[in-house]
Amino acid sequence: MSDYNFAYLDEQTKRMIRRAILKGLAIPGYQVPFASREMPMPYGWGTGGVQVTAACLTPDDTLKVIDQGADDTTNAVSIRRFFEKTAAINVTQATSDATVIQTRHRIPEEPLNEDQILVYQVPIPEPLRFLEPRETETRKMHALEEYGLMHVKLFEDISQHGQIATAYAYPVKVEGRYVMDPSPIPRFDNPKMEMAAIQLFGAGREQRIYAIPPYTQVVSLDFDDYPFEASKAEGACALCAADHTYLDEVIVDDDGGRMFVCSDTDYCESRRQAGHIGEQGTPYGKDAA
Amino acid sequence: MELSALSGGFDNAAHQSATAFRAIMNVMARPGVIETVTGAVPPKGLSVAASSLLLTLCDPETKLHLAGDLDTKTIRDWLTFHTGAPIVPAAQADFAIGAWDDLMPLTQYAIGTDQYPDRSATLIVEMPELAQSGTTLTGPGIKDSVQLSLPALEPFQLNAALFPLGCDFFFTAGDQIAALPRTTKPESTPCM
Repeated sequence: MSDYNFAYLDEQTKRMIRRAILKGLAIPGYQVPFASREMPMPYGWGTGGVQVTAACLTPDDTLKVIDQGADDTTNAVSIRRFFEKTAAINVTQATSDATVIQTRHRIPEEPLNEDQILVYQVPIPEPLRFLEPRETETRKMHALEEYGLMHVKLFEDISQHGQIATAYAYPVKVEGRYVMDPSPIPRFDNPKMEMAAIQLFGAGREQRIYAIPPYTQVVSLDFDDYPFEASKAEGACALCAADHTYLDEVIVDDDGGRMFVCSDTDYCESRRQAGHIGEQGTPYGKDAA
Repeated sequence: MELSALSGGFDNAAHQSATAFRAIMNVMARPGVIETVTGAVPPKGLSVAASSLLLTLCDPETKLHLAGDLDTKTIRDWLTFHTGAPIVPAAQADFAIGAWDDLMPLTQYAIGTDQYPDRSATLIVEMPELAQSGTTLTGPGIKDSVQLSLPALEPFQLNAALFPLGCDFFFTAGDQIAALPRTTKPESTPCM
């Protein structure tokens, strides 16, 4: 028995967050203000995602936490342990076994199903913030559906770089109404946002919650003559040979040596278990280390 | 206050409200889907699903409107003891509960503002029964289309036309719950 209330937050806080989540689902892509609490971790470490997860977790859930696709990085491990301790729930690293997945900056490669919930950690929820710093103005722009500035930004990308150079946090329009920041996921993941699972977004420092219900239209902004492209590094994973996944570049020595590996560690591992071997990979379970 | 007003709440608030909220969130994210919500043992007149929803979402910060026959001393006492929610007229309500006819007209509820469309009322409609037949629904959260037994058609179409403003609805009957957010487009189902 834990000394904490279930999932750390007090009941009144959870009710407040739950009401915000429901309004978020009813107005897809709109950022609902909420009274974000201090959490026992610093801002920037997923305090928004943690509060959303805490408010929608049930005792029967199995939680997976990923940080840039990886289950075994500091942020993911500490959040997973936080909920193990405060909610006494089961945790997993396997995407298909999880009912709630909290993520920092990636969508798992394996398609999610209707019984799953994806919770994003969001640093800056306002897609227009770097174009217009005043909240009073961006709020008006959303109210008036005045998104011309965002298209100017993408156009400037094209005029400077010859292509849309925004590679992550690529703005999307949800259900034809609100322009939304998908959190800093690579634009490779944008097309996956039309999924069967519920997607919830929590920004702790900025005190915003937003959501996308399943099967909701999510369109990446683009131009007719410069259509959106989901880009990734060329090549295949050095461990599992996957050429259809998002790849991380890993520097391996001081002489410019590098390798590309799947960013989604669970997906990579399950492929290796299934016998796929990349250029620098070894058969699963026979690591040199 | 009757002694009976003191019983019937969640006996394990953290776990029961978490489980109830999952069902509530699922139906709001998937309009037309019917789920089960339990936990509360309400006084006569309130359904198990509606009262569990109120216990899960309401507290002294949410203004609640009791429509028609539900505005009785017994129900007021029970809700006041278990949630602390102030009981208010329809125009000020964050949540309103009642039978469909008692809740009308829809125009008296808050629909949010252009800058804060979330500041709108959520209506909890007590129904005799819920069935996956009747009005055809399409919109976010619905893969192709689903059917749900709505108490009316036109008010929901007018509400949907207000998007991004508008009210959101829960429908409750016994321990069953379904929802209809403002994004859902209801249409009469063509006869076969």
